[in-house]
Parts: sequence; C-alpha cells; structure tokens
Amino acid sequence: MIATIFIQAILAGIVLFSVISFAALHTWLERKQSAVMQDRIGANRASIFGVRALGLFHPIADAIKMFMKEDYIPPFGDRFLHTLAPFLSMTFALVAFAAMPFGDILKMGDLEIPLQVAPINVGLLYIFAMMSMGVYGVILAGFSSNSNYAFLGGLRASSQMLAYEITLGATILGIVMIYGTLDLQEIARRQGDLLWGWFPKWGFFVQPLGLFLFLVAGIAETKRIPYDIPEGESEIVGYFVEYSGMKFGMFYFTDFLETILIACLTTVLFFGGWQVPYLNRAGFYFPWVEGGNIPVILIPHTMVVLLQVSAFVVKVCFFCWLFMTIRWTLPRFRYDQLMRLGWKIVFPLSLVNLLATAAVLLL
Amino acid sequence: MAIQTKIVSRPELNLWEKLYIPQVVQGIEITAGHFFRNLSLHILHRFGLLRHLRAAVTLQWPEEWRPLAPRSRTRHRLTKREDGSPRCVACMMCETVCPARCIYIQAEEHPDPNIEKRPKSFVIDLGKCVYCGFCVEACPEDAIRMDTQILDIAAYSREGMVLDMQELLNPKSARILSTK
Repeated sequence: MIATIFIQAILAGIVLFSVISFAALHTWLERKQSAVMQDRIGANRASIFGVRALGLFHPIADAIKMFMKEDYIPPFGDRFLHTLAPFLSMTFALVAFAAMPFGDILKMGDLEIPLQVAPINVGLLYIFAMMSMGVYGVILAGFSSNSNYAFLGGLRASSQMLAYEITLGATILGIVMIYGTLDLQEIARRQGDLLWGWFPKWGFFVQPLGLFLFLVAGIAETKRIPYDIPEGESEIVGYFVEYSGMKFGMFYFTDFLETILIACLTTVLFFGGWQVPYLNRAGFYFPWVEGGNIPVILIPHTMVVLLQVSAFVVKVCFFCWLFMTIRWTLPRFRYDQLMRLGWKIVFPLSLVNLLATAAVLLL
Repeated sequence: MAIQTKIVSRPELNLWEKLYIPQVVQGIEITAGHFFRNLSLHILHRFGLLRHLRAAVTLQWPEEWRPLAPRSRTRHRLTKREDGSPRCVACMMCETVCPARCIYIQAEEHPDPNIEKRPKSFVIDLGKCVYCGFCVEACPEDAIRMDTQILDIAAYSREGMVLDMQELLNPKSARILSTK
C-alpha cells in the first residue's frame, strides 16, 4: 500500500515537473518560434556570466521580474476572489494532466506500474470536467477585479469556452464510440490494433473530421490567437487586466498549460498516444510478413517503454509546434465571427460527424 | 472643375476563399516555410555553412552596425594640415551660415605670415546642431567635415554635448575612419 502511494507520488512529481518545465519552456518557444517564422532572431540577451544559451535564460528572467513586481489588488475589487482566481485557473489546468497516459505498463520486478498518474476508467470525463472548471478561474478574475474591461473579458471567455466545450465533447464522442471506452489508457492501447491487418488504427484515420473539429475547438479552448477574444489586447485587454506580477504570470502560464493539455489530448485521442507503429510489448513486428504478430526485432522491456514515452513526447511537441504556428499565422476572429463559427458551423458539423460515425458503426 | 473620382470595387471572395480553411492552410504553409528555412539556415550557420544566406534580417546592435552610406551626415570633425595643426583659418563662414548657431569660433593670429588667422577655440554645441551640413558646404578650406560616421552621441548633461577643438580634431570612437 505504502509502496503504491510512494510510486504514485513519484509519478505525479515527474508529470508535474515535466509539464511545468515544458510550460515555462513555452515562453521561450513562443519568442523564438515567432522570431524564426518572421525572419527575426528573438530574445537572446539574458545571460549568466556571458553565456546566452540561445535565450534560454529568458524564462528565468521573466520569473524573477514577476516575483519582484508589485502585487496590486484593485481597491474596490473582491480581495479574496481576486487572489483565488489565478490559483483556480492554474490548479485545474495542472490537475487535468493526472489522467494523461504517457506510456504503457512499466514492469519493475514484480511491480506493474501503469504510466499514468491516476488510472481512472473515466479519464476522458475527468479531463473535460477539469477543463470546464477552468472557466471559474477566468470568470472570477473578471468579476472580482471590479473593472468593466475585465468583466467583459470574463464574460467573453466564459461564453467562448462554453460554446467550444460542447463542440469538443461532441467531437470526442466519435472516438469514444469507436474505441468503446472512456479510459484514456485503453483508448491509447486500442489504437495499436490494425486495420485490414496492416494499418495502425489511429484516431486521425478513423475520425478525420473529428480530428479537424477537435483542433478547431481545442485551440479555442486555450484562449490563444486566433481565438483570443477574452484577452483581445487591442480592444479590452481582457479578464486579467487588473492583475500584476506572478498572478498575471499564472494566467499566462495557464494558457500554455492548456495548450500542452490540448496537444496531449490530440495525441492520445487521434495519434495513438504512446503507440509506436508496429511496436508491441516485446519488439517490432511486421504484419504483412508471414507469421503476423510475432516480433521480428526483439527489444528489452525498458527500451520499449522508453520508446513509447519518447514517442508520446515527440507527438506532443509536434502539436505544440503546430499550435504555435497557427497562433503566429492567423489574425484574430471578431466576436460575432467566433460565435457564428462555434454554434453554426463547428457544432453542427460535430453532430454530423457523430451521426455518421454511429451509422457506420451500426452497419 | 468636376471632381474626378475613381470607384475601387471591393475584391469579391470566391468560394474557395470563403471556405477559409484552404486559406488558413496556405498561410500556415508560408509561415512554416519561413520557419524551416530559417531554422535550417541558423543550424547550418552554427557549423559555418552557407554564411552568405541570411537567416534573419535582425542586426545585432551594438555588436553589429547598420552600414551607413558614405554621404550620410554624422558627427563633425576638423581636418588637419600635414603638421597636425587645424586647416581652419577662422574665416567665420561656418559660424555665419549655421542656422542653429551652434558653432562658436575665437580667432587669433597665425604664427605663419602666409596664413592670416587660426582658431583659438572652435566649439560645436551638438545639443543645438541640426546636422544640416551647411558648415561643410560653406567652408572654403575643407576644414570641417561630417564624415566620422559617429551616430551614438549622448551625454549626461548639456555641457557634455559641447565639443571643443581637441575633440573635433581627434574624434573618439571613429570606427569607420580607423578601419580605413
């Protein structure tokens, strides 16, 4: 029992640490990638003893700056809620990672460790619940600041997140129907099955429209450009307009965390999670060769697990890159365009996708 | 006279453009193309390859300076004779022509009887100077030029912006001149 708790604590620590560092790295990624895309060089001046390390010290400099800044609470705002909101926002974004499977079972002696912090059999529902709870942080921030701009931003954010969360939910129902489970680990595992005896049954192939809609709604969920209506620097600045210092930093951080969360979800639901094509627990196999599922190239167990985890990381990194590219390519939607897109195009399409999937499964 | 107007019609989007998605994909193609081109160039530059292709338009000031045109007007200098004394004959032409009135010359007798005068002091207040270049045009002796290529002129006080003859004869941090 104690051993289990100990192992879970270590797993949670690893996931928390890597997610937070990756989110901090996102500030660097954002600066550098946007710079490279726009033929610039990007922030590279922060240095320790003259070592610049491609500007990798800028996140640290950011953190120091944010800790040093004045922590301002607007005098007519709600002190308690104003302080609570960024913590809510960030906590729910972080907690959602608990149900994310980043590898298959790791065997150490007699121990069998599932590489997932919380092996819940309704993991998908859990993640969606946590993502919806994130709205509270946003709307409380807008409400407690006692500023019209922040309030408008909060309202916009909540209406946007509600609109796109419905789409998000309707989209993944297709995946749930095909794989027949809400357990994310199980969904990832079943994507190792083969179609027609040779093609990995990854989600993007069986649900192409689903993937597209999921990406559209998922990026809306992260509240970043082209869906950054709640923040809208050029018009209302947004729900965190009255925040300063590290509390503002936490809202900023939450955006990055949500980006990673959506990237993880896309990977798990549509791109096989930790699956490496034609790799099972013992090694690589080639189904089109005579003798099917017997591995041809044998690999030790630890190596297999390592391969799977790194496959997951590589996929997540790719989607983070894609989201960053989209963010630095597209202009922002207008509010009415956003709502029209959400309710009149993406949501009906996701229902069509749902019906079509159901019909195909029934036949 | 009747006002001539030209009606510019709004560009109509065709169906392909209205679909939005192909246009988005096209945009991402462009930005991703730039990304991969620049990223691979940056990496190649690390290994010293393809240095002639620039990966970024950024000039890393102050290590890297934007090249100035040779004719651009920069901080003044006084030219010297072969013996090192200033060419200036204190004719007061530059002081007279200066629209900002930032040149102050005091004349004195030149020891050489062939030359009438020389400047006892020659002061330019850069805080007032408008860099019009009239002093250079007016000078009959080619004694003042504005070709030091020094642009980073800054001081903590107004007095610091005042340059005396010593400074004008020997411009500090004259990068371009020292390389020539």
